[in-house]
Amino acid sequence: MSDLFANLPLLSFSDGGWGWNLLRGLLSTLQIALGAYALGLCIGLFGALGKINGSSLTRWLLEIYTTLIRAVPELVLILLLYYAGTGLINQVLDMMGYRPIDISGLVAGIAVLGVVQGAYATEVIRGAMLAVPLGQVEAAAAFGMSRWQVLRRITLPAMLPLALPGLSNLWLIVVKDTALLSVVGFSELAMVTLQAGGQSRAYLMFFLAAGALYLCVALVSNQVFRLLEKRARRGQPELV
Amino acid sequence: MPDNTSLHRSPAQALVVTDLHKTFDKDEVLRGVSLEAHQGDVLSIIGASGSGKSTFLRCINLLEQPSSGEISIGGEAVRFTTKKGQRVPADMKQVQRLRSRLGMVFQSFNLWSHMTVIQNVVEVPIHVLGVSKAEAAQRAERYLKRVGLWDKREQYPAFLSGGQQQRAAIARALAIEPRVMLFDEPTSALDPELVGEVLKVIRDLANEGRTMILVTHEMKFARDVSSQVIFLHQGRVEECGTPQQVFYEPVSDRCRAFVSSIH
Repeated sequence: MSDLFANLPLLSFSDGGWGWNLLRGLLSTLQIALGAYALGLCIGLFGALGKINGSSLTRWLLEIYTTLIRAVPELVLILLLYYAGTGLINQVLDMMGYRPIDISGLVAGIAVLGVVQGAYATEVIRGAMLAVPLGQVEAAAAFGMSRWQVLRRITLPAMLPLALPGLSNLWLIVVKDTALLSVVGFSELAMVTLQAGGQSRAYLMFFLAAGALYLCVALVSNQVFRLLEKRARRGQPELV
Repeated sequence: MPDNTSLHRSPAQALVVTDLHKTFDKDEVLRGVSLEAHQGDVLSIIGASGSGKSTFLRCINLLEQPSSGEISIGGEAVRFTTKKGQRVPADMKQVQRLRSRLGMVFQSFNLWSHMTVIQNVVEVPIHVLGVSKAEAAQRAERYLKRVGLWDKREQYPAFLSGGQQQRAAIARALAIEPRVMLFDEPTSALDPELVGEVLKVIRDLANEGRTMILVTHEMKFARDVSSQVIFLHQGRVEECGTPQQVFYEPVSDRCRAFVSSIH
């Protein structure tokens, strides 16, 4: 324990301290997580719509997507999509006569985790949409709403309270999954922590500090989702 | 049709349905049903469960697609086309426009659960009919007071009784100021002691001359409020006429058996 306290100055924000580096790492983590989550929600929304309303070809393709992504470990997917994905893009560019580009770690990270999130979000949103009482959708159609209006005004707000518990899980998972991007050299919080530990040999303290930061993110997120859920459930009596 | 056309010019046709057929898979639910409603008519459709009453009503606003037959609302005929062997409306924009002139009241209310009562009522006027917010608010006040729910306007549907929910649903339908109101067994999902308050609202609407098509099991009510009663049996119009004719002088034996079993 005395070691731990002796090493505390290493966390400071002054010269020789890693404070700023850790916070920058956290910021990168949040950037990727937010980006990937947003991308995942978009994919999930269209995936769910495609699975429910799409042609048999659409449904078949989406089924392959969700099955493959959910079956393969995230780490493998990240390595695969990151290396194979960037390689593929550059091959295509090469064939078209363009010079290869250097894909930024941020964009690649968001894309890879977003595709992973999208598969899970598709299933969460699909389940919630199917649980919306059919009569409410039918009433909207019977009063002359277009399909888009029915979706925006009725289906989405009505499915939200059902989807939010699953979606809040996905958010916590994507925050933690950003740590996997350290394997492709992206300097998010886990990577920075590893570097700091490696240079100072104070592994225990830095990983505890990183753990505390992840925990803070989770606690704040939980509060946000609690408020969102309260708002989304406004029309429903509470179980006593 | 009651023969008053010689004395007065016949009021405008609100709804005309001609030779409607509906087949689910191999099951022919409607086998050629026609009706004609003029402005101010109250048409009740009665019949045993499975006679096709609700299906017929749902075909009128195209929640079900009729296999054949014509529908004309306020003089505008629904255009159909054939896609992959299925008869479907040719123009969804037209369907949406026509639907917004029909005020549907469902058996299970189908209020939007994430909206308060007043939000339910202004939703369609604002977002489908393009009515101004002020005008929609006026309509909401008028019709919620009409059904006796003005003091419940900020409540969510889940906190209301079944009778209150159905009255809110009627206000929602009234707020679009429809050409025709469609009632699909509006009291069948209610506790017996709540039926009266809903029937009273519908009776008042009938008395003020609104055009209504009413699918119902409430025989006495149908007899009292209707200008015309249609008895459906196995997807066909078995008997049709004034309440007096259908309930007291039916030609068809089946109709006689049905109304006498219910009386």
